[in-house]
Amino acid sequence: MTWLLRGVRPYGEAAVDVLIRDGIIADVGPRLAAAGAERVDGAGLVALPGLVDLHTHLREPGREDAETVQTGARAAALGGFTAVHAMANTDPVADTAGVVEQVWRLGRDSGLVDVAPVGAVTVGLGGTQLAELGAMADSAARVRVFSDDGFCVADPALMRRALEYVKAFGGVIAQHAEEPRLTVDAQMNEGVHSARLGLTGWPAAAEEAVIARDVLLAGHVGSRLHVCHVSTAGSVELLRWAKAKGFDVTAEVTPHHLLLTDDLATTYDPVYKVNPPLRTAADVQALRKGLADGTIDAVATDHAPHAVEDKECEWGAARPGMLGLQQALSVVIVAMVETRLLDWRGVADRCSIRPSRIGGSVRDGHGAELIAGAPANLVLVDAAARSVVDPAELASRSRNTPYAGMELPGRVVATFLRGRPTVLDGKAQA
Amino acid sequence: MRKHLLSAADLDREQATLVLDTAQQIEAALAGREVKKLPTLRGRTVVNLFFEDSTRTRISFELAAKRLSADVINFSAKGSSVSKGESLKDTALTLEAMGADAVVVRHSMSGAPHRLAQWIRGSVVNAGDGTHEHPTQALLDAYTMRARLGRLEGLRVTIVGDVLHSRVARSNVLLLSTLGAEVTLVAPPTLLPVGVETWPAEVSFDLDASLKADVVMMLRVQRERMAASYFPSPREYSRRYGLDAIRMGMLADDAIVMHPGPMNRGMEIAAEVADSVRSTIVEQVSNGVSVRMAVLYLLLGGAEVPL
Amino acid sequence: MKSATDPAPDLSRSPDRLILTAGDMGRVIDRIAHQILEKSAGGRDTVLIGIPTRGAPLARRLADRMRAFEGVDVPVGVLDTTLYRDDLRMRGVRALEETTEPPGGIVDKLVVLVDDVLYSGRTVRAALDALRELGRPGAVQLAVLVDRGHRELPIRADYVGKNIPTAPTEQVKVLLDEVDGRDAVLLQGGRS
Repeated sequence: MTWLLRGVRPYGEAAVDVLIRDGIIADVGPRLAAAGAERVDGAGLVALPGLVDLHTHLREPGREDAETVQTGARAAALGGFTAVHAMANTDPVADTAGVVEQVWRLGRDSGLVDVAPVGAVTVGLGGTQLAELGAMADSAARVRVFSDDGFCVADPALMRRALEYVKAFGGVIAQHAEEPRLTVDAQMNEGVHSARLGLTGWPAAAEEAVIARDVLLAGHVGSRLHVCHVSTAGSVELLRWAKAKGFDVTAEVTPHHLLLTDDLATTYDPVYKVNPPLRTAADVQALRKGLADGTIDAVATDHAPHAVEDKECEWGAARPGMLGLQQALSVVIVAMVETRLLDWRGVADRCSIRPSRIGGSVRDGHGAELIAGAPANLVLVDAAARSVVDPAELASRSRNTPYAGMELPGRVVATFLRGRPTVLDGKAQA
Repeated sequence: MRKHLLSAADLDREQATLVLDTAQQIEAALAGREVKKLPTLRGRTVVNLFFEDSTRTRISFELAAKRLSADVINFSAKGSSVSKGESLKDTALTLEAMGADAVVVRHSMSGAPHRLAQWIRGSVVNAGDGTHEHPTQALLDAYTMRARLGRLEGLRVTIVGDVLHSRVARSNVLLLSTLGAEVTLVAPPTLLPVGVETWPAEVSFDLDASLKADVVMMLRVQRERMAASYFPSPREYSRRYGLDAIRMGMLADDAIVMHPGPMNRGMEIAAEVADSVRSTIVEQVSNGVSVRMAVLYLLLGGAEVPL
Repeated sequence: MKSATDPAPDLSRSPDRLILTAGDMGRVIDRIAHQILEKSAGGRDTVLIGIPTRGAPLARRLADRMRAFEGVDVPVGVLDTTLYRDDLRMRGVRALEETTEPPGGIVDKLVVLVDDVLYSGRTVRAALDALRELGRPGAVQLAVLVDRGHRELPIRADYVGKNIPTAPTEQVKVLLDEVDGRDAVLLQGGRS
């Protein structure tokens, strides 16, 4: 099928036509003609490479009541993503070739987004014994990112071995940095609000201590380290230092940590409970700055669907996590574009190009520049369109969005995966 | 008053004073009576929803509601559907269907009463939530101070002990500062929350330097805290932060000693202090009933429209 | 805080009508004092109990007049009826006032309840309930400065300063020097 996107603005720059044929961007230029092509009126729409999410929880297998690969893939496509990395904390845990291949196939069958399974670092996320990382790497899913996300690989010796071991197949350890002894029963950011609310604090130092340790280990053994959902100003400082030393370290930040702060906990509404927790306004500013200057490489959603009963309860009983796929780009526009911290090329870099290199999805044609000959993975955004977030309208099975009722800019009008539309006119195509 | 009493911060100075004055009038109205019962809340239903054992608080609320002629239902988590995994929300909907006019809730998790207030139409009274607040305890403490010392404005109150885990301390700091008292918190640094410097209170690590007070309020300290290294041993704790006879001797002549109970005698408070004339511990219990009657009257006695 | 359910009548357009002047009030109180003395054989075993807010100073004035006329000391008490009302839901809560039992108590005494205005009768009913908690009086009578009609209960006053026919939309406002800085009875709000 052939598609002609009329008058779109790649990276928000001059309007051109984009011709897509056989999964490839066939041509980019003014007033292209193509007989028989399906036309999309893209006047005013910003074109970006399809977004790549390094950090998604699709919940399948095990919690299909909260999300399935199919519903999560739909949310991803509607959010402008063409590839997502599915975290390993499923039931059973994605710690074997069998489970990662199952998730990978479900993603392929969805036809909406490429699903790259993340393998567990340790058996059952138990933190004591390495999972068969090589088997997962060699499987049909070709796993390259390994993470015990939800848990920290706390044992320093084990972390060192994991960092070293995955070098054999170009893998990367994505660390959920949380010193467990400093976060026993932790409920929210430790600070002024936790003190008043009587909720056990999750200190910034518990994240920063692990990041400090891990960048030193990565530097020492010459391995790649990726730091998940960085949430504090101190973490940004540590990463800046590690990069200055030349360590092979990358990091991601979530949309919610770029926008929301811990004072939201004063409602005791667990929709704002997330791990790592929402931090202070000063942390938000530092994270934005870190993302702008490249200290933080990527935006990753940490999309974490939860069933109603896991959020309609006491704060302490609620599971941490919030939805992110469908509002991620909108939040990036609010936090980074409208504040002039990033231009659209910057957005493309942090939301597509760099994550595709960190997670390896570049091999499948993700994170490619919008030029003739590149794989046609792209998204068209109406950056000016504003709408109020209605949880009932989300594609996810779950409703735990922290953005309910907020008016956000940026509407994904179309998403193309290998030349085929997964979203057209704002509607998912499967 | 608002519809609910969830935090001591819900009360401004005028409203807090109204509660104390009302409690005083109720106490006077019932003083010396054979039948301590008023018809005020006849036909109203008060549910005591206790997810955490606290016999003394539950009995105090039960007595308060009964003395105002309300129908009282005790709904304890033990042996109920709650222990079989029913969620707080389902429990709330059940109480709603039963027509509860007020729910007095005690819960081990901070903020549970706030959640409950979002799901039911009746009034919610926080009877202690996790390590957050216990507003009626603070009201009865303020009532006791005012009854003994005649005022609250400018009163110097030293609160000693496990501030970090204490809902009593949180509510007292808020209420007492609203009422014009000067609060000093004394604890080992491990038992003070990060962020305490933003509270309307002075902070000290030294009990001996903080005894120039009109009121010394001792908080319960659980011995189990030792296991998590909040302090090295009960002996060291009581030596540095316990109120013994020697420290009591350093207090001003008319200073009083308070404790929300239950006490750890020999830990935070010596037996001879707990039993001394300065101690208001027994009064606090009886004042609790009057104050809770006042709260129930002010929340429920009024118009359907929240005041 | 809001305390009444009926929307307050718009008083701005209808001027207050003066029903009793300060002088009238003095004469009315004198008359009631004389009547109580007459019916109680000179105030023997009699106590006066004022219902807050304005019944309390009225009771004290009556006691003063009875002392002036006959030299008797009639004990005076105050009885707050708020917690005994059956219409709290409609009226809303209010600050409670102190209840003070008259010296010597009320058991077997002639209790004269004193209030400023008799209207629905619900306050008096609540007062009778509240009184029961203080003991068993020999008899209970009721003295009011103004009876404005519209009773909702089978209650009548034994001593009435002045009967004032009113419309429900009107308000009878009793002002007392002790509370309001002057003595007067006003009728507010238009007839409709």
